[in-house]
Amino acid sequence: MMLLAIPGFDGNQSSLNPVGPGAAHIEFEFSLIFWITTAVYCLVLLLLVISVIRKKNTLDEFPDPLPTNEADERRMRFSVGLAVGVTVVLLFTMLVGSFETSHALGSMNPENALTIDVYGHQWWWEVQYPNNEAYKTVVTANEIHVPAGVPIRIHGTSRDVIHSFWAPNVQGKRDLIPGYETEALMQVDQPGTWRGQCAEYCGEQHAHMSFLMITESKEQFQHWLEKQALSSVAPADAKTAHGQQIFLTHACVLCHTIRGTSAGSRVGPDLTHLASRTTIGAGLLPNTIGNLGGWILNAQALKPGCRMPPNQLSGADLQDLLAYLETLK
Amino acid sequence: MRKIVLTAAIVLFVSACKREQRVFDPGAASSQTANGVALNDVHAGGAVPTANYSMFEESAYAVGEGKRLFSAFNCTGCHAQGGGGMGPALMDAEWIYGSRPEQIYSDIVQGRPNGMPSFAGKIPDYQVWELVAYVRSLSGQLPADVAPSRSDNLPVAKAEQARQKENPPDERPQKVQGAKP
Repeated sequence: MMLLAIPGFDGNQSSLNPVGPGAAHIEFEFSLIFWITTAVYCLVLLLLVISVIRKKNTLDEFPDPLPTNEADERRMRFSVGLAVGVTVVLLFTMLVGSFETSHALGSMNPENALTIDVYGHQWWWEVQYPNNEAYKTVVTANEIHVPAGVPIRIHGTSRDVIHSFWAPNVQGKRDLIPGYETEALMQVDQPGTWRGQCAEYCGEQHAHMSFLMITESKEQFQHWLEKQALSSVAPADAKTAHGQQIFLTHACVLCHTIRGTSAGSRVGPDLTHLASRTTIGAGLLPNTIGNLGGWILNAQALKPGCRMPPNQLSGADLQDLLAYLETLK
Repeated sequence: MRKIVLTAAIVLFVSACKREQRVFDPGAASSQTANGVALNDVHAGGAVPTANYSMFEESAYAVGEGKRLFSAFNCTGCHAQGGGGMGPALMDAEWIYGSRPEQIYSDIVQGRPNGMPSFAGKIPDYQVWELVAYVRSLSGQLPADVAPSRSDNLPVAKAEQARQKENPPDERPQKVQGAKP
C-alpha cells in the first residue's frame, strides 16, 4: 500500500498495478515476500540496536571461562529456538505462496481463448490475429487490441534474436526465441492502454521496442478487428493518388505491405491501417503527420540503427506521400 | 626508466586500437536511391559510381547488413545462399558481368537480361554498396577479418569470411597467345 503511494508505481507499465488475474497473482506473491522480508529486516535491526544500547560487558571484562547459570542458558535456548521456528514458518509461507502463484499461472487453460500471434523483430512487434479464412487475417504492428475480460493466448516467436514479451500490468515475461514457438495465457479485465516492452536485451534499440495493449469492450474490439481486416482505401484525389505512386516506386515498397496495392513485402511493419495507430517506431513517437515526415526522411536520426533507411524525397513528394499515409485509417 | 618506456609503449599500443565504426546515418548523398549507372570502363558521359566502397568492404557491420538485405530483398529467391538456382551462383569464380564492386553495383541497379530485375530508384545507394560487399564476400573476395553476422539457418557452406578466395577470370593473369611456357 505504501509503495502504491509512490508515483510511478501505479502507472500503465507497472507490475504493482495489476489489471488481469495473472499479474494479480504475481503482485500478491511479490507483496507477500516484500512485507515478510521487510518485517524481518526491521526486527533484526531493532534487536541489534537494542543489544548495542544495553551492552553489559566490554570485551576485556569477559572472564575465562565464562560463568554459566541455568536460568540464562534456558532463556537463550528459548530465544534461538523461537527465532529458528519463526524463520522456518515464514520461509514455508513464502514457499507455499510461490507454489500457489505458479500453480495459478500454470493452470490457466481456457479452451476458448482468443489467439494473437506476436513476432519480435529488431526493434518492433509484428501482431497478427489469425483467422481460418486467410483473407480475414489481421496484420498490424506494435499495438495489440484486446477485448476486456476475455482470455487471450499470446502465441509467438522471434524473427531474429531473442526478445521477451512483457506487459507488466497484465502478465509475467515470456521470452521469444528464434526457431521456438511459445504461448502465454493472459487476460486483461480493466479497459485502458497498458504499455509493454521488450525485456531481453536485443541490440541498439532495445529500449525503443515497446508496444501498447489497448483494452476495450468486446463490441469495440470486434468493430476494430473487422475494420482492420479490410484492404486499404483507394486514393480519392490526385494528391493522395500521387502519394501512393511515390510509395510504390520508391524504397518503401521493398519492405512494407499495404494490402490492396502491389506493396507486399513482409520485412517491415504492415502499413495497411497505419493512420489508425497512435504511435510510430514501436512506441517511439506519437503518430502525427510531422513525426511521420521526420521518420520517413531520416529515421536514423530518431532511432539510430533501426532498419528504416533515410529517404530523399522532394518536399512536394513527401507531402503527397504523407497525405496518402494519413488516409490509411 | 624502464617503467616509463613500458607505460609509453602501452599507451601507444592502446591508442592504436581502432574500434570498427558503425555508420547508421549514411548522409544525404548515399541515402539517395541508387540510379547511377556505368556500363563499362569505356563510356561517353555520365559518371561511374565512385563510392568509397572500401568503407563497406572493411566493415563487418556493413557486410552483415548486406547479408540481411540479401534475404530481405529476396535475392535468395534466385541466387539461393550464393549457390545459385534460377539465377547464377555467386560463390564461384565465374562472373558474367565482372567481379569488381562497380560492376556488381551496376548489375543490381540496371538489372541484367534473362531475369535480373533493375532495382534503380528502389534501394538507397548505401544499401546497394552493402549488398555488393556481401555478394563479394560469398566468394571470399573480402579480407578474412570482415565477418558478416552468423547465419540464422544451419550453414551448409563455410562461413563467408573463412572461404578460399576464388579468382575470377578477369583478375587472372591473361595467357599471351603463342607464348611458350
